[in-house]
Amino acid sequence: MSETLLALYVFVLACFIGYYVIWGVTPSLHTPLVALTNAISGIVIVGALLVTGLENAGTTAEIMGFIAVLLASINVFGGFLVTHRMLSMFKKKK
Amino acid sequence: MELSANTQAIAYLGSAILFILSLKGLTHPATARRGNLFGMIGMAIAIAATLMGAEVRSFGFIIAGVAAGAVIGSILAMRIQMTAMPQLVAALHSFVGMAAVLVAVGTFLNKAAADALNAVLMGELSAGIIIGAITCTGSVIAFGKLQGLISGQPVKFTGQHALNAAIALATLALGVHFAMTGSALSLTLMTLLAFILGVTLIIPIGGADMPVIISMLNSYSGWAAAATGFTLHNNLLIIVGALVGFSGAILSFIMCKAMNRSIINVVFGGFGSGDGGGGDNAGAQAAAKGVKSASVEDAVYWMEDANKVLIIPGYGMAVSQAQHSLKELMELLQARGVDVKFAIHPVAGRMPGHMNVLLAEADIPYDQVLEMDEVNPEFPTADVALVVGANDVVNPAAKTDKSSPIYGMPILDAGKARQVYFLKRSMRPGYSGVDNLLFYQDNTSLVFGDAKDTIEGMCNALKGGGH
Repeated sequence: MSETLLALYVFVLACFIGYYVIWGVTPSLHTPLVALTNAISGIVIVGALLVTGLENAGTTAEIMGFIAVLLASINVFGGFLVTHRMLSMFKKKK
Repeated sequence: MELSANTQAIAYLGSAILFILSLKGLTHPATARRGNLFGMIGMAIAIAATLMGAEVRSFGFIIAGVAAGAVIGSILAMRIQMTAMPQLVAALHSFVGMAAVLVAVGTFLNKAAADALNAVLMGELSAGIIIGAITCTGSVIAFGKLQGLISGQPVKFTGQHALNAAIALATLALGVHFAMTGSALSLTLMTLLAFILGVTLIIPIGGADMPVIISMLNSYSGWAAAATGFTLHNNLLIIVGALVGFSGAILSFIMCKAMNRSIINVVFGGFGSGDGGGGDNAGAQAAAKGVKSASVEDAVYWMEDANKVLIIPGYGMAVSQAQHSLKELMELLQARGVDVKFAIHPVAGRMPGHMNVLLAEADIPYDQVLEMDEVNPEFPTADVALVVGANDVVNPAAKTDKSSPIYGMPILDAGKARQVYFLKRSMRPGYSGVDNLLFYQDNTSLVFGDAKDTIEGMCNALKGGGH
């Protein structure tokens, strides 16, 4: 099996997990869900690190990688923090 | 210490599991904070495993980028007002899109330098760039509309769909050409066209369709991450991208269903102009249309002796920041033994769950905030339904008038309460541009004025101990 085909397997199975997990999310937490998935999609930072950190990366690639690292980490930090802020406001009746 | 490729893969697997558990945590408010924590740990593991792997050799730019991003992201997250959450989310989506584009182009440059390009890789790069670029500029437009920088009205012109189709086809053709030849010119043109496509796809969509658009762009940002995973043969990115992509897709579906519209209709519909009557002299207009208007005191008279009051917030509550006054009103009524609950329509506000967050911000307990299906059976036994800045979501035309554009949309049955009070600034119709039949019901009265001022007036009347 080619590497791309294997990646496709992983992708399709992950889609199924996504489908079943997300349907369980309560509607009252839909805004935190969007913010959390936002933070999680900051995972492109992994790609950005790989581009930037390559041993002999050219200057253009390095600068592009740097901007990508910057943007993705804004997502990661901003996303998780704002989700935390929102979730700590959801309280039960005392 | 340097991680072997296998150790790194195991770390990524752990990280993927944590992300799944993280989303799973949002099933209930009680487990949600733990879910968010799982997400943070998953991300920390992913970043650490990548940095410790064999492929990352130079750290200068990385440290600078992460440090700057951490500062900017934290400041944004701590300072943002809850009412502005849709804007923040749109901005963050555009960052993910842009990052995906940059990673793809950077990967192209690195692979070209190493002479390691092939057609499959370049096809995957094209996909990543196209999705990323559409996500980026589409989210910028959504941000502009939410922030009021550009008009929230749908922007429509003749030949729009043909133009979009032409741009889309040209983008795809350039992508195929690039994959086959590796032409840098095709790559550049494709990227530019995809950025333009993001603008032209989102610009026709109106402000109140934002819950769908935000969800859709959320989904795109996931697919962009997954495409990046394909180009880098990184399973973690593929898994996480698929999770996020599906999350956004399901939210889009839920939002569309709550409006009884198909996603195609939202994306291509350019629905509703919302430019009804002006704001002047609302009372006179109301009288001319055969609508009753009421004073704050009238509404308070009915509420203070009620058994049950159901409050229906809409986007107007967010605009006038009335959630804190509503909390005070709730407490004053509860002190008199009134059962107060909030009724939320799925598309109220500008993003999924927008109202829930604003009410939570005002310290209103989440078990007093009910979703449409839970609350609708309660309206016939409610003494007062208080509509605060909502409109189309309580319009009975959705049930009775087959010619109405909102026919078939599930609504909150506010009209079944004994008394309905509408807090309104003017007689303007809702976003759909449809007149609200509920205004003309015998049990309905309109209280004109800014929502926050009106509710503060109600609180003062209640505190005054009668009238």
